[in-house]
Amino acid sequence: MKRSGLLAVNSVIVLACLLGLWQAVVRLNHIPAYILPGPAVVAKAVQERFPSLMSSLLITSEEAVGGLAASIVVGIGVALIFAQWHWLRTLLYPYTILLQTVPIVAIAPLIINWVGAGKFAVAVVTFIICLAPIIANTTQGLISVDENLVHLFLMYKATPAQILVKLRLPNALPNLFTGIRISAGVSVIGALIGELFAGSVRVGEGGLGYAITYANNQMETGYMFALVLAATVLGFSFFFIVVFLEWLALHNWHESKRPQTAE
Amino acid sequence: MVTRRSVPEIALEGVGKRFRDGAVALSGISLAVERGEFVTFLGPSGCGKSTLLKLVSGLSPASEGTVEVNGITPVNAREMMSFIFQDATLLPWRTVEENVGLELELEHAARPVRAERVAQMLGVVGLGQVAKRYPRQLSGGMKMRVSIARALVTRPRILLLDEPFAALDEMTRDRLNEELLRLYSEQKWTVLFVTHSVAEAVFLSSRIVILAAHPGRVAHEMEVDLPWPRTAETRETPAFDEQVAQASRLLRGVYQA
Repeated sequence: MKRSGLLAVNSVIVLACLLGLWQAVVRLNHIPAYILPGPAVVAKAVQERFPSLMSSLLITSEEAVGGLAASIVVGIGVALIFAQWHWLRTLLYPYTILLQTVPIVAIAPLIINWVGAGKFAVAVVTFIICLAPIIANTTQGLISVDENLVHLFLMYKATPAQILVKLRLPNALPNLFTGIRISAGVSVIGALIGELFAGSVRVGEGGLGYAITYANNQMETGYMFALVLAATVLGFSFFFIVVFLEWLALHNWHESKRPQTAE
Repeated sequence: MVTRRSVPEIALEGVGKRFRDGAVALSGISLAVERGEFVTFLGPSGCGKSTLLKLVSGLSPASEGTVEVNGITPVNAREMMSFIFQDATLLPWRTVEENVGLELELEHAARPVRAERVAQMLGVVGLGQVAKRYPRQLSGGMKMRVSIARALVTRPRILLLDEPFAALDEMTRDRLNEELLRLYSEQKWTVLFVTHSVAEAVFLSSRIVILAAHPGRVAHEMEVDLPWPRTAETRETPAFDEQVAQASRLLRGVYQA
């Protein structure tokens, strides 16, 4: 506990130094705020625009969480189908790679054409960008079960449903979480990209991505920095929430969560 | 009942096994195992010892010949068989007691029945203290005990063991051998056991079947002439050494061929 306390103090000191350095560079070089605002200007922008910052943050979170949640549900479903029917997997698996390689920036306008601008369109963009890692990792976990364990279940005369629920799914849990961890990180990026194209139906009512373009156009660079910061914090929190859930699910039994101390 | 008694517990007639790549794992195996026998298979790598157990358990079908367990097909006879693998093959996400209770759970046995039989079986193998632990917290020997408890909790008539103690140190292996025999004397299963260790085979078995490789076939059979019950002291008797020497001689012949 002592060591982690010290670490926290050190991190705060490092952060303070970095902020001080940033402020000093801006001040000493007389850099105008619309090029590079100092931390003080950013802080002021956060304070002044707090309600709209929060509402943008909320909108982006909803889109990212919605898209991510949908990708988890659909991704697990697809992985289950792939795990159950080998021929279907070999037939369709290459196409899931396409999901990852498709230039999302290029098709985002298309999606908006199809489903209409707004939160739903952004969630769809997020969904597409999040889906592939979930499918790939979960499928891997479902099919890489020790052959002897399958034999064991066969000796027990387990039904295919029992093999799936009591063997393959728990076996795939660590892989599923790896997929979710990757997707949680990109979900915020997906939402931002979506918003650049379809952030808002009405002016002033968009998520972070929309607000960033807006602030940029208005030369409100201080607010723009605040928005970028908010997006970063959002992605970071997603990641840590997933890491925490992963720990909850796996810490009892999975080797990756084994405490590093000798027994 | 009288006619039923004449049916051997496990009967193989002209059994052969060819793999998909054309390799012949087993050829012309005929073998009858009576109820209560402890039969051990010894032989060089590639002689098909493990494949033989897979055939008897129905996990792999025979390419030719017939395999019958208690007069019926292996798949239908699974209820009376338990398989113990070389690795403990425990589910890492389940505690010891949840692992042992797995088969009862899959059979939808009532919760109190399950709990009682699991607790009783953990007591038998001396694991009552670690019922709530996860496999990663156990030593190799303890994991194998869990595996044994899991196999016995359904009260099988037939036990199939595929090099169960190969990965353990010698002292642990000897201890588990002694415990296995103690349980065998109480529960009187019919046992098919695969090992590479001649001493282990002699200590445990009533009969040793020595297989030759390429293709896997029965080369010798040897009745083990040692009195029951066998304990740790049995290993220190001249009779034991003599039986080990005899089995080793037979095995050497197979390796040279």
